[in-house]
Amino acid sequence: MNAMTKSAADLRRAARDHIRLPRLETPFHDRLMAISEVNDWYNWAGYKAPHSLTDGELEYFAIRSTAALFDISPMVKYHIAGPDAERYLNRLTLRDVRKLGLNRVHYTAWCDDHGHVLDDGTLFRLGEQEFRLCCQERHLPWLVDSAFGFTVDIREETEEIAGLALQGPTSYAVLRDAGFVGAEKLKPFDIATFPHEGGEVTISRTGFTGDLGYELFVPRAKALSLWDRLWAAGETHAIRAIGYGALNQTRIEAGFIVANADFMTAEAALRADRVRMPDEIGLEWLVDPDKPNFNGRRAILDARRNQTLKHILVGLEIEGNISAEHAIVYHRQKHEAGLVTAAIWSPTAKRNIAIASLERPYGSKFTGNLWVEIYALRELKYQKMMKRAKIVPRPFVKLARRTATPPGLK
Amino acid sequence: MQKYDALIVGGGHNGLVTACYLQRSGLNVLVVEKNGWVGGAATSRELTPGFLYSNCSYVCSLFRPEIMRDLELPKHGLQVISYEGGAVFTRDGDYLASYRDHDSHRREFARYSKRDAEAYERYARDVTRQCRFIQPLLMRTAPDPFGFRPRDISELLYLAKKFGEFSPHEMAETLRFWTMSISDFLDEYFETDVIKAYLALSGIIGTALGPMSPGTAYVLLHHYMGEVDGSVGAWGYARGGMGAVTQALSRSFQASGGTIRTDAEVAKILTRGGRTTGVVLANGDEVRANLVVSNADVKRTFLKLVEETDLPGDFVHRVKHFKMRGSSGKVNIALDSLPEFPALPDGSNCIRGDMHFTDSIERMERGYDDWKAGCWSADPFLDMMIPTLLDPTMTSPGKHFMSCFVQYCPPKVEGRDWTDADRDAFAETVISQIADYSPGFRDRIVHMEVRTPREIEAEVGLTEGNIFQGELTFDQLLFNRPVPGYAQYRSPIHGLYMCGSSTHPGGGVMGAPGRNAAAEILRDLKRVPEQMSKAHDVI
Repeated sequence: MNAMTKSAADLRRAARDHIRLPRLETPFHDRLMAISEVNDWYNWAGYKAPHSLTDGELEYFAIRSTAALFDISPMVKYHIAGPDAERYLNRLTLRDVRKLGLNRVHYTAWCDDHGHVLDDGTLFRLGEQEFRLCCQERHLPWLVDSAFGFTVDIREETEEIAGLALQGPTSYAVLRDAGFVGAEKLKPFDIATFPHEGGEVTISRTGFTGDLGYELFVPRAKALSLWDRLWAAGETHAIRAIGYGALNQTRIEAGFIVANADFMTAEAALRADRVRMPDEIGLEWLVDPDKPNFNGRRAILDARRNQTLKHILVGLEIEGNISAEHAIVYHRQKHEAGLVTAAIWSPTAKRNIAIASLERPYGSKFTGNLWVEIYALRELKYQKMMKRAKIVPRPFVKLARRTATPPGLK
Repeated sequence: MQKYDALIVGGGHNGLVTACYLQRSGLNVLVVEKNGWVGGAATSRELTPGFLYSNCSYVCSLFRPEIMRDLELPKHGLQVISYEGGAVFTRDGDYLASYRDHDSHRREFARYSKRDAEAYERYARDVTRQCRFIQPLLMRTAPDPFGFRPRDISELLYLAKKFGEFSPHEMAETLRFWTMSISDFLDEYFETDVIKAYLALSGIIGTALGPMSPGTAYVLLHHYMGEVDGSVGAWGYARGGMGAVTQALSRSFQASGGTIRTDAEVAKILTRGGRTTGVVLANGDEVRANLVVSNADVKRTFLKLVEETDLPGDFVHRVKHFKMRGSSGKVNIALDSLPEFPALPDGSNCIRGDMHFTDSIERMERGYDDWKAGCWSADPFLDMMIPTLLDPTMTSPGKHFMSCFVQYCPPKVEGRDWTDADRDAFAETVISQIADYSPGFRDRIVHMEVRTPREIEAEVGLTEGNIFQGELTFDQLLFNRPVPGYAQYRSPIHGLYMCGSSTHPGGGVMGAPGRNAAAEILRDLKRVPEQMSKAHDVI
């Protein structure tokens, strides 16, 4: 046994105790634990993550009125680098990666050979030959197998990199007061690095809330000091740590979809009819038919040409104020047309909004006369309602401060 | 002399399931069993004072919940409890554990390979898809393409329709799955030896094939399509040992008015004019019955209990060549204390699940090479469990029963019959393998029962000790099980039926052959099977 394999075996042995902590704690766990009043945790990809920390409703208003800090460390992250990284990612994903400039981020998705979406995520261009892909599900075998013929190195780095989303109208003010000089220059989807504790923090002007906001990434060891730095600066800007409940409300307002909530990913779907093409989940705008060949291209273009797309994802505005989560959508109150995948009463839009997956031609050809059947359980009785629904464009909430550059302070 | 409506030859779990359904449908049913107890290969026996042994089958997953419910088995004492985890010990002193928690399972795989950890999801999805295809077929009589009755055509259409629900890509996957070796199949997903070895186990258990033999991928599916309370693929213990299954069945049978005669070995199935009239027992007693249902395997039934001259020549030829090869043995051990496995961390859950020592497919295949040469494996594959960690009813606190399923173990040793010395030498390979990983193991042994195919055939009656009453290879499944043209539980002799694991859908403590046989018998009697609920939907 040579020295190399011995150390691999030692590492393997050292990792045995993972079972003593079946739910991983994120690099920010100590801070979250100290803040959490309600102990409302859920399992996010194997991590203990807060659904709420103090009060979900107040956490929501932190996002929309002040500054909210949300731990995104459990997001799955892959580091992709090498001379062929751009060409490889262009082959893998739907958008044209050649157009993704250095220090820029774009939202994208990738498909299997049949054009079915494997996941959506954000692609960060950290260098000419260096990228980070962030997503909900795990794809290492797919990414590695797809690299055949490319000189590229693919590394899963979820546990090594800590991530924080800082979102809300005062998020820039927090960054400024925390001493991140130059953050004001960041336009939406820009990335820049800033010194932190003898190392670097990567800050992008991105987020999942449709508000002014940033995402910060540091090596695990620097996580707590980054948190403390933001927290101290945020005190006068009403910073608040939030859980997923609040974030989810804002992402619905922003019209964003979540893998395996609003659509089933191709690798998770057990039932053959549950998979979706990009055009069936509102991601047709990501598909770039003019760029060099990419995975799923032929199937997607065939489906468009032959008009075999079966589903469509739409935004709905529903009368009344009762949230229609997982309600069945009907056409003319009688033909089943689809399912609501996410719904809330939007506190910001003051409208009852929903994201729904419809079976074409509903939603494509037949866009009027749609209804949702809401079963509201109230004190052990279902109040059944048939409510009118109207297809509306997403986002449901559009905020000028999201894109204003330089960013506002409040 | 009393004449029964139906007589069941053999009180194994399938025989008892058929008996229960027929008795509940108003027939007067007698079960005759050669041993002094019922249960066949699903028994709990006190072979040494204070220890109950699941001395044949040892875990429960495949037994159909529809049957438990129809026959009120919970009321008659059946409880199935899930177990957790398991481990393969590796030769370098480490182990690969399996955990019920999805993320713990992934992180355990990631110790060996991050890629394999993430590949597990795709593997599990593909296997689950195939299980979902097969599950609805278990409780249906296979179509008979030779029959061309409207029913057979509609069953063939059902198969075609089920298959048609798949995308062309999935159909191709299904065909591959039913014919590939488990080793080739796993190579498409994983790179780590021990991970592949761990997952390959289910592809060889009970099968006289190596992990590199085509057809073993299907055997894996057969072990995955069970469930514990809707959790597909999960395995559990029958509380009180596997005998709890057959005890509950026999209580249910007797409660509905059925009769069981033990110590009543059938010597011959009687026929007159191509029709069965009953049986004659080894003690010379004749028992008359309108129909006879054999729970014995197809070889024992037609080559030993029926006169060959009463059967069509081609049928006999097929039965003779039905593959029923003994490939496994069993070492059942009573322990006066819990064995230690120093490789496992203190308090590890792994010891409560299935444990193994074969850490590569190649080792497994070498074990099979020994079998081909006519010997038991020098380095055998063990499926080892300690059910008493979760089941307090089998022995007293602190003491344990350990079940070791051992593969490979041939029906004859280098072409000659087993001797007691062979058996002891076989046991020694097993014990020494365990002792390599568990210091002081030998000192804990209070009593041990060693079962080679010789003992299994002699006591349970399984030809060559084959636990599935016939290999689960594609050539012996669906309408080819056990014999083309006779896959619907009927035989060439009027009134003689089969209900054992030799018939569709095959072995394991599943009960589906017994239930399907009862459905066919009731159909022939023009009775509506009111006592039989519909198979659960797979949605």
